[in-house]
Amino acid sequence: MATLSFFYFGGVIVLTAVLVVALRNPIYSVIALLVMFFHVAGLFITLHAEFLAVVQIIVYAGAILVLYLFVVMLLNLKRDDSYQRQVWLGVSLGLLGLAEIVYVVLTAGRATGPAIARTTQVAAAGAPAASVTPGNTEAVGMALYTTYLFPFEVASLILLVAMIGAILLVKKGIMGPEAR
Amino acid sequence: MKYALIPLFPFAAFVVIGLFGHWIRARAHWIAVPAVAGSFLLSLSAFADVAQGEPIRLTLYSWITSGRFEVNIGFFIDRLTAVMLLLVTVVSGLVHVYTIGYMEGEPGYPRFFSYIALFTFSMLMLVMADNFLQLYVFWEAVGLCSYLLIGHWYDRKSACDAAVKAFVVNRVGDFGFGLGIMLIFAVFGTLQYDQVFAKAASVAGETINVLKPLGGEWPVGMLTVLCLLLFTGAVGKSAQVPLHVWLPDAMEGPTPISALIHAATMVTAGVFMVARLAPLYNLSPAAMDVVAVTGGITALFAATIALTQNDIKRVVAYSTVSQLGYMMMACGLGAYAAGIYHLLTHGAFKALLFLCCGSVIIALHHEQDIRRMGGLKAKLPVTYWTFVIGSLALAGFPLTAGFFSKDEILVEAWSAGALGQTLTVVGLATAFLTAFYSFRLVFVAFHGESRVVSHQAGPVHEPSRTMTIPLVVLAGLAVITGYLGIPEFLAPVLHGPGGVEAGHEAGLPIMVIASIMGLSGIAVAYLFYVRSPQLPERLAQQWQRLYLLSFNKWYVDELYDKAFVRPTVEVAGLLWRRMDVAVIDKAVNGVAAGVALWSRSLRLIQSGEVQHYALGMALGAVVILGVYLLL
Amino acid sequence: MVPLSYYMILSAIVFLTGLVGVLIRRNIIILLLSIELMLNATNINFVAFSYYLNNIAGQVFVFFALTVAAAEVAVGLAIILALYRGKATVNVEDLNMMKW
Repeated sequence: MATLSFFYFGGVIVLTAVLVVALRNPIYSVIALLVMFFHVAGLFITLHAEFLAVVQIIVYAGAILVLYLFVVMLLNLKRDDSYQRQVWLGVSLGLLGLAEIVYVVLTAGRATGPAIARTTQVAAAGAPAASVTPGNTEAVGMALYTTYLFPFEVASLILLVAMIGAILLVKKGIMGPEAR
Repeated sequence: MKYALIPLFPFAAFVVIGLFGHWIRARAHWIAVPAVAGSFLLSLSAFADVAQGEPIRLTLYSWITSGRFEVNIGFFIDRLTAVMLLLVTVVSGLVHVYTIGYMEGEPGYPRFFSYIALFTFSMLMLVMADNFLQLYVFWEAVGLCSYLLIGHWYDRKSACDAAVKAFVVNRVGDFGFGLGIMLIFAVFGTLQYDQVFAKAASVAGETINVLKPLGGEWPVGMLTVLCLLLFTGAVGKSAQVPLHVWLPDAMEGPTPISALIHAATMVTAGVFMVARLAPLYNLSPAAMDVVAVTGGITALFAATIALTQNDIKRVVAYSTVSQLGYMMMACGLGAYAAGIYHLLTHGAFKALLFLCCGSVIIALHHEQDIRRMGGLKAKLPVTYWTFVIGSLALAGFPLTAGFFSKDEILVEAWSAGALGQTLTVVGLATAFLTAFYSFRLVFVAFHGESRVVSHQAGPVHEPSRTMTIPLVVLAGLAVITGYLGIPEFLAPVLHGPGGVEAGHEAGLPIMVIASIMGLSGIAVAYLFYVRSPQLPERLAQQWQRLYLLSFNKWYVDELYDKAFVRPTVEVAGLLWRRMDVAVIDKAVNGVAAGVALWSRSLRLIQSGEVQHYALGMALGAVVILGVYLLL
Repeated sequence: MVPLSYYMILSAIVFLTGLVGVLIRRNIIILLLSIELMLNATNINFVAFSYYLNNIAGQVFVFFALTVAAAEVAVGLAIILALYRGKATVNVEDLNMMKW
């Protein structure tokens, strides 16, 4: 059962990822990405990270993707005519990199490495009640507000900055004369 | 320790005037003259010390210690050095005083004093040296001072050319000299005089195969080669034929230095060196013969040229070359004491003659051509009479110092074998010519109607006291030095090669013949230039070829120009065009052009397109990972 | 039980797809989209490891990565809009003023 769900989600993820990159029409690419996000969320659920799955859908699919759609439609983009000149070089690089990573994963993992199967042993420091039993949301919450409090605050600061930046950037006159 | 002060006083004067000349300006002589005077007094004291007792040996400073090669700065003051010290300090002091008047008001006044102070220092160190390297260093130093002083009026091209010519010709001789010094070190393992002299006898029989590099076989005596190499330095410095060409041109410099450097001191360094190295030369008869013949040729050669020159200083310059030939001849025949005796007396009367020339030149506002002089006897009495005394000494008129010293040489030469006798005849002929041209100068420049060109502004009058007093002092010395018993004083120090009998039975006849030569020379000059002034013209027409040969200095300068100077210039030009410009400049510029090309190509990577950069990054990451995996 | 290596390979595939997308697309918006792909791939990796190593820290990191991705998208799209106003193009090749 687990493998089946993995292969389904994984397969769709791969397929839609390729589609995002390959499709000429921007709207189609965005929609493919949307499908991918949903399946990633599904993958998260199989990995018992329910909270994250929901957050994924809310933030990625609900906010980010919508933003993309807005922009695409605002700019009224047409089909791209062709790929970049370096398309073959890029694709071959990607395949080469993939080969290397697969090689690494398959050979290096044998020698050392922690237990691949799930165990009940307590994991690395800094994670109180580091098992799923309290429930994923609670566990994430507890880690987030105790050990990782400072990065949490910093993350909120990042969002603030991004907000200010985004507003400033789209004010008229920031980047030279208007092309209107 | 006071001996170290002898050269240090002038050196201090050089430093002080050299550094502060801009502020000292016309008061420079207040520093220079006392310094030389101090040196003179200390030299007198050194002379007294040495005359009584042993030579003074002093090591001042251990200069080089490098394995087997050790050289010190030290002094060796024996009787020879002591008389040289006196000569240098006296003449230098008198020239310093004379310069106060001669260079008055000139802009280069302090610079001149600092240079002659430097020269005095170098010359003193040269004569006091106790090893070959110190000798060589200060040999070069006096050559440098000569260059600086000949070119004192550096805005005149002729002066600059003459200075360079002097230096380069000297350098040719010094090349051989340097080789000689290296050979000394190779053979003896030391450069100290006393150690070399001690070992000299033991290597007397060794030979060097001179043709070895060419695969031939010609063994030459080691000491002969050594002495000949060292002698080339003397040929250059003492203006012997064939390296005499720089001395007449050196007359471009101010007259005081012609008197100091090119009459009394620097040019005598060569003769001094041969005398100092007498122990070495005595062991090599072949080298001594070369020295003697060179001297004899020079004496006669220069005298023939002096007969026809029209520049007052040139005549005296060629006369100097001729007299140096006499000295060298004497040394080559083993009569070192006689040679040095003549060196000392010549120093007095030749310096006198030059300073008189300077007096005339100043009085006539820098006129040097004797054809535009005349009738100066009444207007410049002091100059005239001192000039006459100097000329009498030069001509070897009886009772003057020049007479005694020249006679000493001729007598010693006669008793030195067949070569000596031939050279004695040469010397006597030269004596006749010497008397002739020196009195030609007297009669043409001072007697007769005044041919002074009227636009030489101002009246002709005797120069100032500072210039005439040295003349009088030197005139006195030109007579007195004959009576001081110098050859007897030097004889214990300067031995001949031994086995030379003092053939004094020939002494009186030679003295008589020499006197006759001198007097007849004066008489002929009187005839030519006072009684029948048109005679020289007619003779010049009749013997025009010979006249031109003499007048054009036997075309030696032209010969050198064709044989050495032109080819060198050609080769230099060729090397410049083919090597320097085509290869080296191209290489350097090529590197720069290559860098520029490379950077022009590299900057195309900055295409401005983000995806190109991203491609680069991805490529780099993949490659690094791949390399990491493979290794 | 799905081995961890499967997740790693999956994440690698998605990451490299995103990378290739960055390299070959001419539309800026699709470029940014590909970057989102890459970020997602890392998220998958983090969560997989968190599950297999029994450490909640992985999921916390996903949280932060998500935050940063959101901020980045916001600012990035704002920039693109401003650029579009200036040059009326979303073609990456036209944005090459910083060249030699």
